[in-house]
Amino acid sequence: MSDRIFGVVCLLLAGFYIYSASTIELGFIETPVGPRAFPYIIGTLLALGGLYPILVPDERPDWPDMRGMIEIVFAVAVLIAYAFLLEDVGFVIATAFAAALLGWRLGTPPLRAAVSGVLISVGIYVIFHLILGLSLARGPWGF
Amino acid sequence: MEALSSLADGFTVALTLQNLFLALLGCFLGTIIGALPGLGPSNGVAILIPLAFTLGLPATPALILLTSVYYGAMYGGRISSILLNIPGDEPALMTTLDGYPMAKKGQAGEALALSGIASFIGAFFATWGLVFLAPLLVSVALLFGPAEYFALFTLAFCTLGGVASRNQAKAAVAAALGIGISTIGVDAMAGVDRFTFGNVHLFSGIDFLIAIVGLFAISEVFLFLEHRGQGEASNANMKLGRVTAPLSMIKACLGAMSRSTVLGFLAGVLPGAGASLGSFISYSIEKRVSDGQKTFGKGDPRGVAAPEAGNNAAAGGALVPMLALGVPGSGTTAVLLAMLLALNITPGPLLFQQNPDVVWGLIAALFIGNIMLLAMNIPLVSLFVRVLLIPPRYLMPAVAMISFVGIYGISGSTFDLYLLVGFGVAGYILRKLDVPLVPVILGTLLGGEMEKSLRRAVQISDGDWSVLLGSPLAVGLWAFAILGFIAPLIVGRYLRPKIADSTAAEGADPD
Repeated sequence: MSDRIFGVVCLLLAGFYIYSASTIELGFIETPVGPRAFPYIIGTLLALGGLYPILVPDERPDWPDMRGMIEIVFAVAVLIAYAFLLEDVGFVIATAFAAALLGWRLGTPPLRAAVSGVLISVGIYVIFHLILGLSLARGPWGF
Repeated sequence: MEALSSLADGFTVALTLQNLFLALLGCFLGTIIGALPGLGPSNGVAILIPLAFTLGLPATPALILLTSVYYGAMYGGRISSILLNIPGDEPALMTTLDGYPMAKKGQAGEALALSGIASFIGAFFATWGLVFLAPLLVSVALLFGPAEYFALFTLAFCTLGGVASRNQAKAAVAAALGIGISTIGVDAMAGVDRFTFGNVHLFSGIDFLIAIVGLFAISEVFLFLEHRGQGEASNANMKLGRVTAPLSMIKACLGAMSRSTVLGFLAGVLPGAGASLGSFISYSIEKRVSDGQKTFGKGDPRGVAAPEAGNNAAAGGALVPMLALGVPGSGTTAVLLAMLLALNITPGPLLFQQNPDVVWGLIAALFIGNIMLLAMNIPLVSLFVRVLLIPPRYLMPAVAMISFVGIYGISGSTFDLYLLVGFGVAGYILRKLDVPLVPVILGTLLGGEMEKSLRRAVQISDGDWSVLLGSPLAVGLWAFAILGFIAPLIVGRYLRPKIADSTAAEGADPD
């Protein structure tokens, strides 16, 4: 079933891709192969490739159970929140929170997760920013 | 012998203090990355690329750093295979078969020393193979026009998808997805924007580094979350004893090592095969050749030496098509190609002519790195063993955060971070569905060039598409491409179930 859904998604994606390709403006210069041709080929390939799993699906992949699914959704939420807040609160604080939350969900006891989060964040800040001079997000407090 | 004098020039490039230090650092990091389960060469190198890039290293030093990591990871993978029975990365999988039984017999030290020597031999001779084979391939590649290049790119996709996946249709889908991503952004040839939907961030296209780090590294974090608590390093037999191998044991394995070096190198040169296939073939052939007393699988030293020589030789072999043609032979070399492209260097025949210092400096650095790795991996192996004891629950958050730092460092835009998370989720789902990730990566890397060569070829012939099959060389490449796509359907029935059964297929790091 998963494979069939995957195949349908591929077909829809291919359809959308080819449709968008057909709306690409052509330039002023007349060329034998314009900017649309290659996307048409690739879209067709995607559609053909998507047909196969619909017709001959593999066995069901081993999807995570409810708990695993929630864990992953939570992690995605943490990472999106991280990207959202990074420039508002600065690198060190955002990273400490994100690393601590991920560590906690990976099975570290809460207190140790918090400590390891701070260590990871400060460690990256020291090595990459202070020593190697990489520019990291600066928050209102400059770190 | 022109190659030798170029190589000598290369040594003068590599033997600067900075480059030696970078090689040492790369070897060290690489061994750790290889040894840690869950961090393989491709995602290890993927995380480091944005960093090397944002640190502003020039091409040669950056490439030296990352290829040292690549070679180092091939050495490091064996450590956890032997001690924990968990392959540190996919190519080290075959090493568990005899390595772990040896460790259980109390021969962990011997197994580590022997596999270190085998790794050295495999990598050393493969690097020589690179020295002589790459210039040869370059002289062929100079005959290529756009039509031949288009055929060559197609060949790369056909064979790369072929061996890496169990389902050719899914490999094709993966390639189409990757190439599709590469078409986003302003089309350089016609000057119109495509698939940007008016979003400013998409005008310059999606940076392939984001795709690579997201698909490989971030999706790995999700897999770990799902399997949390399983497969953690536990009460393993960490007693090493002395890390030397008796001379008689080395002698007994010399045959195995030399056979495996040749096989591994060939497997590496073939586009799309890579180190995993190298170690797999080496082990299977060695088992067939010398398993007279049915000792393989029960701790036969030759069963440790063969796959290790094989995967290290394949790592060297995979660099041949990457450097000479700009078409990578494996997942990790695809990532290295990304590094070169990010530095605005296009590999291929012109690289050898225009930037010989980069190519030969790199090759010389590989020789130096190899000797460093041998030194690190035998006397200092206990240091790396200690690293193995870091549980993934501390490691994975750090990996995730370093990935974010690297991507943010390139552009300083949070839009790229959202994309990164998106690619992470996509990578997780694709892995679950058993869709290979390497064609996706290759598509994002090569899609642009592929389209350009197609349009150039047809443009030159004034709209006549038959030009794609216009020369014997192009026809030959197409024939190979079709063969490469079809052959796994037949041969694969023998080969792949064995590889797949023994890997956790979803978690497998493509090289």
